[in-house]
Amino acid sequence: MTVLKSIFAAALMALASSTASAARADLVLGIPLEPPHLDPTAGAAAAIDEVLYANVFEGLTRIGSRGEVLPALAESWTISDDGKTYTFKLRTGAKFHDGTDFDASDVKFSLDRARADDSTNAQKGLFAAIDTVEVVDPATLKVTLKNPQGSFLYNLGWGDAVIVAPDSAETNKEKPIGTGPFKFDRWAKGSSITLVKADSYWGEPVALDRAEFRIIPDAAAAVPALLSGDVQALPNYQLGDALPQVESDPRFKVVIGSTEGETILAINNKKPPLDQLKVRQAIAHVIDRKAIIDGASGGYGVPIGSHFSPANEAYIDLTGTYPYDPAKAKELLAEAGFPNGFKTTLKLPPVTYARDGGQIIASELRGIGIDAEIIPVEWADWLKQVFTEKDYDLSIVSHTEPNDIDIYARKDYYFNYDNPAFDKVIEELNLTADEAKRKELYGTAQKILADDAVNGFLFELPKIGIWDAKIEGLWENSPIQANDLTQVRWVD
Amino acid sequence: MTAYLLRRVVSGLVTLVVASIVVFSVLEVIPGDPARLMLGMNATDDAVQALRVQMGLDQGFLVRYFHWTGGLLTFDFGKSYTYSVPVGELIAERITVSLPLALIALALSTAIAIPVGVFAAARRGKPADTISMAISQVGVAIPNFWFALLLVYVFAVWLRVVPAGGFPGWEAGIGPSLKALVLPAIALALPQAAILARVSRSALIEVLGEDFIRTARAKGLSREAALWRHALRNAMLPVLTILGLQFAFLLAGTVIIENVFYLPGLGRLVVQAINQRDLIVVESVVMLLVASVILINLLVDMAYAVVDPRLRTRS
Repeated sequence: MTVLKSIFAAALMALASSTASAARADLVLGIPLEPPHLDPTAGAAAAIDEVLYANVFEGLTRIGSRGEVLPALAESWTISDDGKTYTFKLRTGAKFHDGTDFDASDVKFSLDRARADDSTNAQKGLFAAIDTVEVVDPATLKVTLKNPQGSFLYNLGWGDAVIVAPDSAETNKEKPIGTGPFKFDRWAKGSSITLVKADSYWGEPVALDRAEFRIIPDAAAAVPALLSGDVQALPNYQLGDALPQVESDPRFKVVIGSTEGETILAINNKKPPLDQLKVRQAIAHVIDRKAIIDGASGGYGVPIGSHFSPANEAYIDLTGTYPYDPAKAKELLAEAGFPNGFKTTLKLPPVTYARDGGQIIASELRGIGIDAEIIPVEWADWLKQVFTEKDYDLSIVSHTEPNDIDIYARKDYYFNYDNPAFDKVIEELNLTADEAKRKELYGTAQKILADDAVNGFLFELPKIGIWDAKIEGLWENSPIQANDLTQVRWVD
Repeated sequence: MTAYLLRRVVSGLVTLVVASIVVFSVLEVIPGDPARLMLGMNATDDAVQALRVQMGLDQGFLVRYFHWTGGLLTFDFGKSYTYSVPVGELIAERITVSLPLALIALALSTAIAIPVGVFAAARRGKPADTISMAISQVGVAIPNFWFALLLVYVFAVWLRVVPAGGFPGWEAGIGPSLKALVLPAIALALPQAAILARVSRSALIEVLGEDFIRTARAKGLSREAALWRHALRNAMLPVLTILGLQFAFLLAGTVIIENVFYLPGLGRLVVQAINQRDLIVVESVVMLLVASVILINLLVDMAYAVVDPRLRTRS
């Protein structure tokens, strides 16, 4: 009888322990690019944020999965009536991973460091409006702006605005120390980056104990890694031909979402004859978005008619401004004085959407007599020739920064676009905090760009993610470049 | 012998100096600013300038050249622009993957190629020769990334005996590390073996036609004995040359295989560094490769002398 009982007890215990250990708590994700270093405040590489944002580092605010601004290290805030003074009430009890306490002085240090003269912050412009940062008490911080800025709270949610500690700021590139729910464990260069659960986290603890980001540059290698079970999630890969192979497999979920990447045919607005509105309108009329999306992004991009993400609440559909109409395009070209077209160049960076999309656009342009010579360039070369020196006619590129319509108001930006009416709208946007009014202004801004045919607006770059069907909580869309693991868990 | 080696060493050193000048100047003229690349499209000009100063890019060409070569003499390769860690450290990490992989692949390819070459040469013109050479022809022609993917699908996805790729690091133990290198080593070794087998076969056939082989056979040695004892040793010179070249290739020319198996090897480091304009890393790795090619050639020359006693006495 006792034997029977003990067997029974043992069986029960085995059963109990098996249910307890049923939920897996480790995850391996494949990412195509290795971050150059691990400090989000010192580089533009998306891969840095894709590993660390929201996981290891937190800012005063953070961007949620739908692109909304949420409180993070700032619990709440008040804004003065003139829109210039922000008073932040900070979390108490938050700790950096090296054990030091987080307080207002860390925030002041981080913001002052990012906007200093010798700052190497890749998004220094985000902090340009800040006049002073004052510590009121350890849990209260006051930021005064030079002028009201409607997007200020959003700006503070960027990866470039995360809060770092004075003691570890200089070594974050190698050994990142943040306040997030995961702490950095190990970086095997060229191979993988491992994060582990931070027990000291101030907020809701994460379900995963361990997350490894494995660097797999080649999509053709990433798929077998997923199929063999070595990797359980590929959150963002341009998989192309490999996709159907996984799509039919019930073990995996294929999730097509949107990014903030407006893919455009960039036009040098000062270079004759592209400086003529009619010429740009003609180009806009030969853009067959469907053909380009099918050919350059596997059929998954969402067409856009201006420089704005369809996932944003303020988006308006302007794809009908200059519909695909080669006959109309030819007419416009003749009106502009080029009945037989002209010769131009199309410089393409080494990404599939640009190289493949470029072929389609060049062939459409040839149809109305515009002979665009395709010049393939490397990224470094693209940044120099096209972006910095503006030595180009046409190019194709995806602008992946979130909510970046204001780049069209920048003096000397590489589009060479200059429209005082547009600048005024952006200026007004900066001074407006009221959501309804902002939405309206964003609408006006989108419309001006579409009407002016500043660039050829092609499509929003899709986010193609594949992961184990038992994983929940990974982001479907990519409102900012991040792989937020805070809500990720295994379910049965 | 000593004079012969001395001449080789001096010419090697001259090559190194010339290479350093060429490598540095070539990378100097390719367009692209590492600081701008690092900070991206949204960065302000003064942030880019601040980073240039931090990286030391604001200094002149000659200052940087002598600073770099001066460092090389003391094995200080400088600091990577992108990773901001010493380049020596980066290279050392990658070599712990690339060197064992190259050695395993080389051993594997030699172990396959020489017996196949001898086998085919001994049966020249017979079906066995034709078949083995046809197979080696296929081995030369198959793209190695395709072959690598085939291996992955069979052994990692289907049979699940090895991981699909990646490298756990030697600190994870010898077993898992070797397991991770098995498929890449096979993928690298087979095409090399195919080439080597063909070279050793034709070298052997040439030697087998020489007078001294006929003499050996005439004094009563069997075909097999003449082949193994006299012909093989004489056929080693071209084989050694190819082996030397292959080793240099295996050390850093394997970026395609490294990509398929996502291994953190030297080849990928170079390609990544070129794309990110991490010039100091590119320069240092290229110099290291130049140095290792020179060293390998020196070793091959020494091996010639061992294999061929005439080279020892002549000089």
